[in-house]
Amino acid sequence: MEAFFQHLINGISLGSIYALIALGYTMVYGILQLINFAHSDVYMVGAFIGFYSARWLHVSDSPSYMNFFTVLIIAMVGCGILGFLIERLAYRPIRNAPKLNALITAIGVSLFLEYTGQIVFGPTPQVFPNILSDSIIFSTTSGGVRITRFDATILLTGVGLMIVLEYIIHKTKLGKAMRATSYNSQWASLMGIPVDTIISMTFVIGSALAAAGGILVGIKYPKIEPLMGIMIGLKAFIAAVLGGIGNLGGAVLGGIIMGVAEEFVVGYGAATYRDALAFGILIIILLFRPAGLLGHFSVEKV
Amino acid sequence: MINVKRTLVFPGLVLLACWGVGLIFPDLFNAYFQTLVIYSCINIILAVSLNLVNGFTGQFSIGHAGFMAAGAYMSAWLTMTFPHWAGPFLGINFFFNTIAGGLLAAAAGYGVGLPSLRLKGDYLAIVTLGFGEIIRVVLLNIDAVGGARGMYGIPKTASFGWAAGWVFICILTVSRLVNSTHGRAFLSVREDEIAAESVGINTTQYKVRAFVISSFFAGVAGAIFAHFLCYLNPNSFNFMKSIDVVVMVVLGGMGSISGSVVAAIIITLLPEALRPLQEITKLDFRMVIYSLTLIVLMLTKPQGLFGKLEVSDIWKKYVRRSS
Amino acid sequence: MSDVLLKAKDVTIKFGGLTAVSGFNLELCKGELVGLIGPNGAGKTTVFNMLTGVYQPTSGNIDLLGSPIKGIKPFELSERGIARTFQNIRLFKDLTVLDNIRVAAHQHMHYTMAEALTLSKRMEREEKQALEKAFELLKIFHLENRAYEASSALPYGQQRRLEILRALATEPQVLLLDEPAAGMNHSETHDLMDTIGHIRKKFGVTILLIEHDMKLVMGICERVIVLDHGTIISEGVPQKIQKDPKVIEAYLGSSVADEPGGP
Repeated sequence: MEAFFQHLINGISLGSIYALIALGYTMVYGILQLINFAHSDVYMVGAFIGFYSARWLHVSDSPSYMNFFTVLIIAMVGCGILGFLIERLAYRPIRNAPKLNALITAIGVSLFLEYTGQIVFGPTPQVFPNILSDSIIFSTTSGGVRITRFDATILLTGVGLMIVLEYIIHKTKLGKAMRATSYNSQWASLMGIPVDTIISMTFVIGSALAAAGGILVGIKYPKIEPLMGIMIGLKAFIAAVLGGIGNLGGAVLGGIIMGVAEEFVVGYGAATYRDALAFGILIIILLFRPAGLLGHFSVEKV
Repeated sequence: MINVKRTLVFPGLVLLACWGVGLIFPDLFNAYFQTLVIYSCINIILAVSLNLVNGFTGQFSIGHAGFMAAGAYMSAWLTMTFPHWAGPFLGINFFFNTIAGGLLAAAAGYGVGLPSLRLKGDYLAIVTLGFGEIIRVVLLNIDAVGGARGMYGIPKTASFGWAAGWVFICILTVSRLVNSTHGRAFLSVREDEIAAESVGINTTQYKVRAFVISSFFAGVAGAIFAHFLCYLNPNSFNFMKSIDVVVMVVLGGMGSISGSVVAAIIITLLPEALRPLQEITKLDFRMVIYSLTLIVLMLTKPQGLFGKLEVSDIWKKYVRRSS
Repeated sequence: MSDVLLKAKDVTIKFGGLTAVSGFNLELCKGELVGLIGPNGAGKTTVFNMLTGVYQPTSGNIDLLGSPIKGIKPFELSERGIARTFQNIRLFKDLTVLDNIRVAAHQHMHYTMAEALTLSKRMEREEKQALEKAFELLKIFHLENRAYEASSALPYGQQRRLEILRALATEPQVLLLDEPAAGMNHSETHDLMDTIGHIRKKFGVTILLIEHDMKLVMGICERVIVLDHGTIISEGVPQKIQKDPKVIEAYLGSSVADEPGGP
């Protein structure tokens, strides 16, 4: 019974990370109908920005929340810029091209980041510095269920960022413009919304969230390497589809479900199938409810 | 009534030529060159078959490696388990095992295609990717075919004769299909599904057919691969391999068989061409160049090297201009 | 009373909370040329989509050539004998003019894929016939000289005509034309009216057409159905519906003295 709760806690923790990354996918898809394959690599770059800035700040000498936030902000800003550049240089020119071409470009950018990363960061895994020290902040009497400081940090940071995002989307002019653009970008531009800027902002925000995911992963699972984005990106994307692609709440819901499901699969014995599980979920969703849990299908006008 | 000259005589002669060259091939060229040629053949079959789905029928399949794996493992398992089931000659056994591999791959294509092909664009891409990975993971867990350790000791029966022969059959099949009413049906699915349905084309049926035929040849390519490398590991058939084939199809031009052939050869030779650079810098630039090629291609010449034209179209244009 | 080729009874379709068409009735008899008119958004194309199986009505029945079409897919209905053109032209852009026609003839070809691989005699024969038939069709609109050009290279008016030819290539009994005169000037529209008459005679097709160009509608339609906000508000010969105050109001929003030529 206690194992159940422990797996649940781990799952929610993992799921928050999936959710952060999934939000980026879903935002870009909602606005451009493009699967941004490169998103998971922005996440990876975020982790590495964190790695290098933590070392530069000599953070491991004195782990603290102050350091954590500093590194987090640096990574989020850095990746925001990266996301902006990717959109501007690679995606904007092909915005009106057939979807196939856009998908291939996205794959190209993704591969480029991964393999350039291998050259620049080196292909061997690195160890993320200790920017926070771990401790158990809650435990049941038997020690069977434990919540660590890392888990709490991940959850609170994740929730915090999602609240900020929610505020931006629903309470600011920018958010309103983003929602309008994702509904119909032609009408939005006719209403005077600077669609190009809005799209850029979407990428910036999505990339910043991915960077946050990267830092949080670096804290909990300190081994980082240039190809780390592939699997997690796929899973986060599946989470976005599961929740209903284009739907922000769906991305969060999907992320949590994916995280919990994965933890349970690993915990209850079928660890070799942890990756296949994600694809299995994807296929089931796409075959039986392609709009996702919270999404809706739009009918093509003939 | 079949057209005897074009059905039996012409292909028969070409296949005979392949076999003939195949006999002297190992004596003409060194092992390194032989390897390049056979790998080119494998890649040509993969690219031309994927082009049928992606280029001519306009669907987006990025899980081709999964079908290649199905064919590779099926044929290899048959060869290892029943070495002489089709008679004393290893070559004949190889031929039938290759077909068996192709058929299993085709069945997998049917299984994947039928439920998935009603999804559009991006979604279909992700599902095909997913199935490719699932096939790989399943193979990793089947100990009877070696699992994660791989399968060793497959006899090297894939000679040039066989490889070239299958290349010819693949190209002939796709080309003849494309230049028939069925080919026009495939193209109409690519162009506008709703319009195609309105003029009587069963779009779902044609999408599945393209998928099944293409998967068959992916399986054949896998079988040749297995019986040339003589060792199989599920990780050779991962997402990267599928992307390799997609790059070939896009580079050559989606909708051009000639383009796929040329691009397949280029992609096969590219790592070799880059090897000196790799030796000097000790860095693997291959994938970086790959990815930049994709991006630049999409930004500047998305129709690829040949676009939708074939060598015969370009030849005609050239002849017309100079006359 | 001749055969009823296409029949719709109390057809209604709802999209979510929106009722796009309600209580649509139609009896299209063999050889008729009927017009379907109404202001933009009235639901005319939605009716076409239901008649061709693209949308399934929420309630009501549609029969084509005596058989119900419920649940039947569009390609099957095409095989049964109904063809259509589209409001926003849907040609196969990258295919040649000739191939656009030949795709539509696919349903009349019987040679299999295996035969395509072996280049059977049947394939040669059927391909030859298809080629000849296609050129015959192209000649109607003088497109035979542009047979090998990409269909997207044709000027707009020719593209519309090509789409009509493509629909005819399926050898339909019922032909639905969605705004065939859109974007045409007076003389082109006049030519189109002649051509439609010519097609009726030559191919014996029964035609239902959607149009905004009143000259064409009044000129060639034997009978007109008027749709507004998804319901039929008037039906009858052109002269009668032209004077119907309900029709005038639907188009102009208020009562206006009738003028020759219609609203």
